[in-house]
Amino acid sequence: MSNRVIYAIYNDDDILMDAVKKTRAAHHHIEEVFTPFPVHGLDKAMGLAPTRLAICAFIYGLCGLSFGTWMMNFIMIQDWPQDIGGKPSFSYIDNMPAFVPIMFEETVFFAAHLMVITFYMRSRLWPFKEAENPDVRTTDDHFLMEVAVNNNEEELISFFEGTGAVEVKVIDKH
Amino acid sequence: MYTFSSKLKTFSFVLMAVGLLGIGYGFLTAPKDIQDVEKILAADAHGSHHEASSESEGAHAVSAEAKVKAEHTEHLTHVLHQLENKPWSALYVACIFFMLLSMGTLVFYAIQQVAQAGWSPVLFRVMQGITAYLPVGSVIFFVFLVLCGLHFNHLFIWLDPEVVAHDKIIANKAGYLNFPFWIVRAAIFLLGWNAYRYFSRKNCLAQDESDDNSFYKKNFNISAMFLVFFIVTESIMSWDWIMSIDPHWSSTLFGWYVFASFFVSGITMIAMVTVYLKSRGYLENVNTSHIHDLAKFMFGISVFWTYLWFSQFMLIWYANIPEEITYFVTRIQVYNLPFFGAVVMNFLFPVLILINTDFKRITWILVMAGIVILLGHYVDFFNMIMPGTVGGSWFIGISEIASVSFFLGLFIFVVFSALTKVPLLPKRNPYIEESKHFHY
Repeated sequence: MSNRVIYAIYNDDDILMDAVKKTRAAHHHIEEVFTPFPVHGLDKAMGLAPTRLAICAFIYGLCGLSFGTWMMNFIMIQDWPQDIGGKPSFSYIDNMPAFVPIMFEETVFFAAHLMVITFYMRSRLWPFKEAENPDVRTTDDHFLMEVAVNNNEEELISFFEGTGAVEVKVIDKH
Repeated sequence: MYTFSSKLKTFSFVLMAVGLLGIGYGFLTAPKDIQDVEKILAADAHGSHHEASSESEGAHAVSAEAKVKAEHTEHLTHVLHQLENKPWSALYVACIFFMLLSMGTLVFYAIQQVAQAGWSPVLFRVMQGITAYLPVGSVIFFVFLVLCGLHFNHLFIWLDPEVVAHDKIIANKAGYLNFPFWIVRAAIFLLGWNAYRYFSRKNCLAQDESDDNSFYKKNFNISAMFLVFFIVTESIMSWDWIMSIDPHWSSTLFGWYVFASFFVSGITMIAMVTVYLKSRGYLENVNTSHIHDLAKFMFGISVFWTYLWFSQFMLIWYANIPEEITYFVTRIQVYNLPFFGAVVMNFLFPVLILINTDFKRITWILVMAGIVILLGHYVDFFNMIMPGTVGGSWFIGISEIASVSFFLGLFIFVVFSALTKVPLLPKRNPYIEESKHFHY
């Protein structure tokens, strides 16, 4: 069974948005849309679920805060509570204002870096990764919608030609 | 056009009446002499009046017995002054809080004009309504300052020639801290701010009826000039009206700190009034995106306030220089709960609740966060003023609550009366169409 898909190519983001809405209304399953730049509202039009990256970042931030707190408490209070310039090292709260800059930076550091790494992993991005451009023009000035074909090739081709596509291709995907 | 609901009007009158009664009660029950104080202290046996000895240096070398008696009398006099100050301070905190709150709104409004913000023009009339309190609040505040100068109270100890004569530190500052200069500065600041408010509103209304954008451009220019004038006067205002309560202490970022406090209160008040008017169906062009933007400002400026609060505290705590640290020693030892409670109310609570995008659009969450922020910044002003005027004799009792109630009632009455005067939607602001369709 060959795995055939349609590549409908557009050269304007407004036409693309209309085409996406029409395709969704006609209940054709959109596999992927490739654009050279972020098209505002495209995710909503495609019906993609909202990202949970911000929730991850919040949790990572809490981890960073805990780490910073634990680290300063262990080093400065538990392990070797020296008198450094008269700073009170009897308990964590006594000397806490001095630790706040570190706690803050750890929070930001963890939240930012772990969120970025999460993003890379979820979007499968890494150095030497093979690029997945279906058509080189999609990084420059063309927009491409990929739709799976299920024995309805003729119908799909005429459908996409009606949506203002500048080019409609049927491709065998391996 | 907005019509002032009779319920809200009655509510504001009740607040004012209750407030006036409570304020009167506070003044009537304040002790008149040290005999009264002795009775109060005896009844209050667990009394926690153990703050550092007063600054007067008039102790004479006498026999031990007489010395103990003199110290007792001195202590009673000290407490008497604090208790006499209490109803005045309560009034002062509420008065300056509401006046500066409408100033915060005015500054936000000026920034929106100058930044040519595309989202906020539908809220301009709400902001102008809130700043309508400014002239009323300024007059009351100015009268209060004059009363201080006429020695009706001892809020500003440097206004007392007796104190200045015995206090070299204050005497050295007399070139700046003297009544005529101080009151003239206050008059100039208040006149300048009110003039901007008056002309900005006038131009905004004239723009509605005009057929070109000249009034809009005029408003742009005066807003830019106002912001320059404001940032200079705001800094001086914070030294004059708040920092000079503790004339032995100084802090360089104090002006910014005070600004952040009333700026976030002003933005929160815009959000509260907007949400109220929206819920009554008066602001058809305001959508959840506008509310969301206001909530983001509440969130962001709350964090900014905390940043300044902590920077001021941590720098002084870290270096621990005796001249400066006393300011925080009093606050931590005598005002522990209000001092740290303000951080919880103004930072922890809003940050945890307003960090969520969806929450920023939910009315009841926003109202709850707004109430906590406004109360928190009242406490913040309380913390700035009370320790220098009433010290250990502080309490949030009838005087304090009544003062807030009176000024809140007055605020509601003035603001919502002003909102009835003009349509709630500016007609021909160049950005009004964009603002109507603002979507985030």
